[in-house]
Amino acid sequence: MLRFILWRLLQAIPVLLAVISITFFLVRFAPGGPFDADKAVVPEVRAALEAQYRLDQPLHRQYLAYMGDLLRGDLGPSFKYPGRSVNELIATGFPVTAELGLYAMGIALLIGGAAGLVAAQRPNTMQDYLPMSAAMLGICMPAFLLGPLLVLVFGIWLEWLPVSGWGQLPGDKILPSLTLGAAYAAYIARLARGGMLEVMSQDYIRTARAKGLPEYKVVLGHGLRTGFVPVVAFLGPAFAGILSGSFVIETVFQIHGLGRFYVQAAFNRDYTLILGCTVFLATLILTFNLLSDILAAWMNPRLRAGLNTGRN
Amino acid sequence: MTVMQAQTARPAGRSLWADAWARLRQNRLAFGGLIFLLFLMGLCLLTPWIAPYGYAEQNLSMGATPPSAAHWLGTDIFGRDLLTRILYGGRVSLAVGLVATAVAAGIGVLYGALAGYFGGRVDAVMMRVVDTLYALPFMIFIILLMLVFGRNLLLLFLAIGAVEWLTMARIVRGQVQALKNMEFVEAAVSLGLSRWTIIRRHLLPNALGPVIVYATLTVPSVMLFEAFLSFLGLGIQPPRSSWGLLISYGVETMEEYPWLLIFPGLALTGTLFALNFLGDGLRDALDVRAAKD
Repeated sequence: MLRFILWRLLQAIPVLLAVISITFFLVRFAPGGPFDADKAVVPEVRAALEAQYRLDQPLHRQYLAYMGDLLRGDLGPSFKYPGRSVNELIATGFPVTAELGLYAMGIALLIGGAAGLVAAQRPNTMQDYLPMSAAMLGICMPAFLLGPLLVLVFGIWLEWLPVSGWGQLPGDKILPSLTLGAAYAAYIARLARGGMLEVMSQDYIRTARAKGLPEYKVVLGHGLRTGFVPVVAFLGPAFAGILSGSFVIETVFQIHGLGRFYVQAAFNRDYTLILGCTVFLATLILTFNLLSDILAAWMNPRLRAGLNTGRN
Repeated sequence: MTVMQAQTARPAGRSLWADAWARLRQNRLAFGGLIFLLFLMGLCLLTPWIAPYGYAEQNLSMGATPPSAAHWLGTDIFGRDLLTRILYGGRVSLAVGLVATAVAAGIGVLYGALAGYFGGRVDAVMMRVVDTLYALPFMIFIILLMLVFGRNLLLLFLAIGAVEWLTMARIVRGQVQALKNMEFVEAAVSLGLSRWTIIRRHLLPNALGPVIVYATLTVPSVMLFEAFLSFLGLGIQPPRSSWGLLISYGVETMEEYPWLLIFPGLALTGTLFALNFLGDGLRDALDVRAAKD
């Protein structure tokens, strides 16, 4: 197990390096400097600005200097918001996005997991079709449509919940979290159903039933652990999707999180902020992919046996 | 088992594809999806001739009217006919879906086949590249590309296609890996066929099932992505129309004119439904397992 974790960690390093490098050069090759908009900049001021952001140095020097800063955890200053560092901007935006993502993930796991579990108990009956049709609807309804529709119904017509914001009015966190989580609940429901169906036909489940265990113990105690391996393996990609999905949610519900910063940074050509956010998000996504892989490997008895013998 | 099959020579040879077609026809949801999509494609192809109005044709005295006999789905705030704009939007959405999927499938199949066939170190390096690209938050790259190079439709096709090929590459690689040690490939090698011929004539046709299934399931995700970009204002530019753009306009005025949100939303959701049902049906019909991962 330890070997597997170490091996995966080692693999993640070149991937992260490549991600940072590609973003760095892509952003630097984008035409239009960050100060082009300020037309009346005196040449001396411009030179001073460029020196401050190291734009006067050759590209490879800029790259090495940036990598050096990164090692110290410094993402550099923002182009657009003078005097503020990218670290500060991320520190203000990320807690909001993280909270939103956490709720969304919780909703996705609870609703999706339960729906898949219920559906797998009686395949090809109403108990299967109803949750699975709802899941299909969740997959086909993009967040930028579902969000406004929920706002229209619960916010404007019924006036039950606030239509926008985050943490300002009671209940304003419900709709954004639900909207963001819905699609992932749908995917998780499908994965959970498939995984459970496959497991429940296996011999050890029959043994458990033959022992006379009540059905709920068979399902939750014996089936769940193996049946949910596909769900756990999906958590890493789901996390990445929820992070980028929060761009839409933050736009629709006017929430000031990292996603909004990110999109605005792209519109403003705030290159250091784009770069910093990308590095930050990519590191986060890689970490979660790693965690979900390790967890899935630990939950899967066959894979675990393979890991303990030292292969892989 | 092979002996059994040889002895009980089946009277009327039915190909794998005929079998699959028969199974697909029995799946009502999937077949309904196929019919719906063909109908929609027909409508979108014929739009310039059958659309009741022009897509940019404004009639300010008819601003934002609810559905009526003259305008079946109502009009938007500029008095443009919503049905016409949904049809024109459908052309863009379907074109993006099909072209970007074709680009993605082309790159993915070629890449995956090469990685799977050569194996070893070549495969390891090629798949590490795929892993790296998976980890990229590509959404921001496309947003960047759109900002830097202008909101160009062709670029949009290519950019989305360039992102979506990764899973296809993984699937094809897995297929080719499983196939390449089989006896018919060995026979082809011993006949002295070139590598390229073996990949093209013997390996890829056998991997076609998963490719078709996954391609069908890629189309809706590509269409969603285009709609998302247009929603953010980075895709199709007005006065042209796309479903994402119509939805984003609909959101702005949904309180007063909810039909401007609901009808484009229905068009997008309905099409995605049909595509997903068709994809799932194809997966069952072609008996492809785990085409999604």
